[in-house]
Amino acid sequence: MALDHHLRIILKHSLLAALLGVALVACPLRAGASPGIEIKAGFISAPHTQETVSILDVPAADDGIAGAKLAIEDNNTTGSFLGQSFTIEDVPLKPGDDPVAALNKLVAQGIFFVLADVPADSLLALADAAKDKGVLLFNTSAPDDSLREENCRADVFHVAPSYSMLADGLAQYLVWKQWTRWLLIKGSHPQDELYAGALRHAAKKFGAKIVEERVYEDTGGGRRSDSGSVQTQRLIPVATQNAPAYDVLIAADESEVFANYLPFRTWDPRPVAGSAGLEPTSWDGTHEQWGAIQLQNRFMKLAARRMNARDNNAWVAVRMIGEAATRTGSNNPKAIRDYLTGPDFAIAAFKGQKQTLRPWNQQLRQPILLGDGRMIVSVSPQEGFLHQTSELDTLGFDEPETKCKLK
Amino acid sequence: MNAPGKTRIGALAFYVFALSALALFEPAPAKAFTAYISNEKGNSISIIDTDKLEVVKTVPVGHRPRGIALNKDGSELYICAGDDDLIQILDTKKLAVVGTLPSGPDPELLILSPDGKLLYLSNENDNMVTAIDVASRKAVAEIPVGVEPEGMGLSPDGKVLVNTSETTNMAHLIDTQTRKIFANVLVDARPRAAQYTPDGSELWVSSEVGGTVSVIDPANPKVKQKITFQIPGLSKEAIQPVGLRFTPDGKRAFVALGPANRVAVIDAATKKVEKYLLVGQRVWQLAFTPDAKYLYATNGVSNDVSVIDVASLKVVKSIAVGSFPWGVAISPQ
Repeated sequence: MALDHHLRIILKHSLLAALLGVALVACPLRAGASPGIEIKAGFISAPHTQETVSILDVPAADDGIAGAKLAIEDNNTTGSFLGQSFTIEDVPLKPGDDPVAALNKLVAQGIFFVLADVPADSLLALADAAKDKGVLLFNTSAPDDSLREENCRADVFHVAPSYSMLADGLAQYLVWKQWTRWLLIKGSHPQDELYAGALRHAAKKFGAKIVEERVYEDTGGGRRSDSGSVQTQRLIPVATQNAPAYDVLIAADESEVFANYLPFRTWDPRPVAGSAGLEPTSWDGTHEQWGAIQLQNRFMKLAARRMNARDNNAWVAVRMIGEAATRTGSNNPKAIRDYLTGPDFAIAAFKGQKQTLRPWNQQLRQPILLGDGRMIVSVSPQEGFLHQTSELDTLGFDEPETKCKLK
Repeated sequence: MNAPGKTRIGALAFYVFALSALALFEPAPAKAFTAYISNEKGNSISIIDTDKLEVVKTVPVGHRPRGIALNKDGSELYICAGDDDLIQILDTKKLAVVGTLPSGPDPELLILSPDGKLLYLSNENDNMVTAIDVASRKAVAEIPVGVEPEGMGLSPDGKVLVNTSETTNMAHLIDTQTRKIFANVLVDARPRAAQYTPDGSELWVSSEVGGTVSVIDPANPKVKQKITFQIPGLSKEAIQPVGLRFTPDGKRAFVALGPANRVAVIDAATKKVEKYLLVGQRVWQLAFTPDAKYLYATNGVSNDVSVIDVASLKVVKSIAVGSFPWGVAISPQ
């Protein structure tokens, strides 16, 4: 009897201990909360011009970084179930600041995931400096095709679409509309020629014809004036008169000099596309399909403004890092890199289909939105433009024509 | 095209219906069911007589109605009016909105507890699942979940509530007693629907952007298998699983594939796709008639509902409804 009682107590205790043990082991597993992993990112941004033709386009003080911050919030919500926490260090550059010095500072703080909202030459400098440090760079703004082609780098992921992707997205729609005669007007800056080059390539690729090309010289001066409309009303008709027959005026103006003056002021009554009018972009504040309204609402709550393309590219970049960290349970740059470049990576980013990386140059495949600033008019790829791998690869330079050798 | 003509025909049909109802004195024996379709952009509910296979009435409701659910006796329809941040209660006899339930911001989908006492709903803008006591019309619990909560599923015994979060990419398993998450299961991108098999032995979760259905073992909450889809001539990006339903005998699953414009028929035991049924554009949600003879599928872009004959696996009818049909619920009444 006594023994029996004793045994029962032991049994009870060991059962309790076993239960406790199970509970202790099971709880973290069940809740998925492995002891805290911290994933630290940095955001290096060059100043964007405040000189825009429309005041609606003047960048906010938190341009770009606000998108990254929202994705950090989103990642942290997910991370709360997995014991992962995400942070971002904002490093805005002043004119003349060395981006490489900023990168070195981040690396010294143990930050290996770096978003770069900088021009192409700075991005290349960052990529070369990052090479042996195990840093992963995410290009969130530079559209230069050279960064994805002859100057591609293995440590750079391109979240922003290239000029050729943007131009092809626009061209597909214009060809679908049967507006195939283009009058091309480009600015006098080197970036304008890069965009114009992509538009020429797109015209050839999809069967449109550039009937004439014109250059709009940047003669300097500011954009704000109390009497601006009087002059532009007289200047633009002159700049666009005596053109051969055309369907649509295409502007390549990467420096905010003239494109937004074109609509409604042309000599011939024609629609405008490219840098004004119908603009191809990775994101716009008016995009709401495919659940995008949810992202727009969250962004509005955080930043008290609408999300632009640079904000969205930064959001996607931080979500890519988050997705890789979630799936691998790691903050190790090599593990993150392997996941992003592996076969399982895909990201949902509110554009109606999964987005993946082109393995040959690490460009994010994505639909291109065509917006007029009020509305999304259409989304490319257009129906009927087919491809053997992914219809998204009808946008931009494709694998057979790439000059990229990742190293 | 000629809306006035249509209205006249609609009105005529209604009079004929009313007259015949009067003439019969009593309603016809309960073979016909009533299907309710929420029209996301139409801000209305289309009401379909499943015998006649046509819309008998369209009731205006709140803004952006999506998820809908009936109470146990079919006397009330709960409607997530997302842009109004509330749940509307539609009296299915009067066909009028008779009240509202507090919902928290942007309610999207809801599910009724097996005892009919609680409504669980997902708040898309707020990363919350809210439980509402139907009798007192009060919110009794808020459960924090992942980013953009969406699909809601319940185990057959009502003990486990499952919520999917679209940007977190998880199925959150919630104990309905403690109202706490006890497991999180990572699935493919943008999970939508969560459904238990009728015997409760498996939990299936559709992933819209990932293009897969994850089969989860509820006893040891992990993905044990993934179902993929291949349709000749369609890119893999176009295959986007959304709505998901099991036949009551648990033998077959039907999965709506969004812009692939097809409903996949899956053998629930082997997990093999038996057939793809061509329906309307961007097929969203699915619901069986109470006798499980027909499956209704809402087609978001083509503004119609496809009716599938479950025995023959054929689409037998397309019924034009309101603008951007989204949710569907079918009442035995």
